[in-house]
Amino acid sequence: MKQVYFLGRKAIAIISGIGRALILLISALAHVPNPKKGFPLLLNQLYAVGVLSLVIIIVSGTFIGMVLALQGYTILVGYGAEASLGPMVALSLIRELGPVIAALLFAGRAGSALTAEIGLMKATEQLSSLEMMAVDPLRRIIAPRFWAGLISLPLLTAMFSAVGILGAHLVGVDWLGVDSGTFWSVMQGQVDFEKDIVNSIIKSIVFAFVITWIAVFKGYDCDPTSEGISKATTATVVQSSLWVLSLDFILTALMFSN
Amino acid sequence: MHLLLKRGLQNYNMSEILVDIRNMTFKREERVIYNDISLSIPKGKVTAIMGPSGIGKTTLLRLIGGQLKPESGNIFFDGKDIPRLSRNALYETRKRMSMLFQSGALFSEMSVYDNIAFPIREHTNLPENLIEKMVLMKLEAVGLRGARGLRPSELSGGMARRAALARSIALDPELILYDEPFAGQDPISMGVIVRLIRSLNDALGLTSVVVSHDVPEVMGIADYIYIIAEQKIIGQGTPEQIAEQTSPLVRQFVNGESDGPVPFHYKAAPYREELIRKTVFTNNRRG
Ligand SMILES: Nc1ncnc2c1ncn2[C@@H]1O[C@H](COP(=O)(O)OP(=O)(O)O)[C@@H](O)[C@H]1O
Ligand SMILES: [Mg+2]
Repeated sequence: MKQVYFLGRKAIAIISGIGRALILLISALAHVPNPKKGFPLLLNQLYAVGVLSLVIIIVSGTFIGMVLALQGYTILVGYGAEASLGPMVALSLIRELGPVIAALLFAGRAGSALTAEIGLMKATEQLSSLEMMAVDPLRRIIAPRFWAGLISLPLLTAMFSAVGILGAHLVGVDWLGVDSGTFWSVMQGQVDFEKDIVNSIIKSIVFAFVITWIAVFKGYDCDPTSEGISKATTATVVQSSLWVLSLDFILTALMFSN
Repeated sequence: MHLLLKRGLQNYNMSEILVDIRNMTFKREERVIYNDISLSIPKGKVTAIMGPSGIGKTTLLRLIGGQLKPESGNIFFDGKDIPRLSRNALYETRKRMSMLFQSGALFSEMSVYDNIAFPIREHTNLPENLIEKMVLMKLEAVGLRGARGLRPSELSGGMARRAALARSIALDPELILYDEPFAGQDPISMGVIVRLIRSLNDALGLTSVVVSHDVPEVMGIADYIYIIAEQKIIGQGTPEQIAEQTSPLVRQFVNGESDGPVPFHYKAAPYREELIRKTVFTNNRRG
């Protein structure tokens, strides 16, 4: 009996959480922003969310590309197929590793920061104080952060894949001696714009939406205490990572199955 | 003397009411915070709301500001029923009031100057040189003109509260709600804040609501006092009337007696019994 009660309460908590998250998103976005005031806010957030994530994205992308080239080369060279190193690296990065790893890094770097920042603003009554100043915190605080996340991650994903390919070029061509012309031309032949690049962009937009939504909601909804903020920050990283990985499987199945 | 007092009170009742709370009940989940409470805030005066911690004073200010909705009853601000306003009407009404939060709630990423300019920039299209004049005027009023370039984290507690006060009067509101303005202040900044509240009220023709549990400061500053306990108003009147009241509840609060009608101890089993039973209790916990 106790377990049933517990399960019931858990279910209600989850459903009402989803409801609150939906209301948050709708009230934050369902209005036309004043471009003169909204644009500087968006620029600020693009800097905080996007530009400040550049270092980790570029460094990680480079290393992942280098490792892919190293591993790929040792396998491919056994079949005399090292000419396929270019497309192998490019397809792995563009289809899967780029969107997924960039999203996971983004959740850890930008998502957690968003949650902590908004949670702290709540705990120090800054959000309440905005409301009392007749400034809607959903529009002033949440909306620009949400848009900034939605714009940043697809761009970061593209950069991740691009520097990954450059890293692979460095290892495969400059160190291991694959022919540079072959590396590029076979890659160009094998990567399909619509199937690979557009799908990669779609994935990154979906991930950006989910991560940023979770991050701003967790911050806005947290218990306004130090413990509540730390819990919310952890929840942002854990939940967005799980969503990214499971959505990636679903999207891949939809995009590449036929 | 008695007659004089009575006439004074009549005049008092005749003066205009800015905030009128009628038969308001508010609950947090199952817990009743206010049970059918009614009170009026007269225009142009300093009204104090006193009561022990955790009784719901901050909650009352949030109810007036429309951040919380009562279970039942009305909260009129200048004739408008706050809980029943549409979102846009509520935001329009909030431009006429202002709240000084307990923590100050300054925006941590902005300088003091930008904090005070914030509401002006949000709600008006004034040119920057005019905004500067307004901000400096408000800063001068709270004695912080020299601190305009500092960040909130560089301010002392008393300075932060004064900066927040400057921000809350930036757009000349009609009503200003102070949440525990004296809490955690050293005696000097306490004195400064007491004088500021009074002088702003009189100079700008504001209506002030001061929520506090600091009895002497409130008695010195308020025109009218409500004392809240046990979900209701247990006493009200001018400071002189409060000082003369004989109700044991009011006496306990005003004199700061630890025990009285409001018990010092949270409801518990008798102490002796508990001491004997303690081992059993801990064992129960573990088992
Ligand atoms: N967000 C909240 N959720 C649930 N209960 C709350 C919340 N905020 C305050 N309370 C409870 O409501 C009561 C009144 O709080 P408050 O208005 O802050 O009291 P005061 O300002 O008089 O100290 C307190 O007992 C507090 O525990
Ligand atoms: Mg309080």
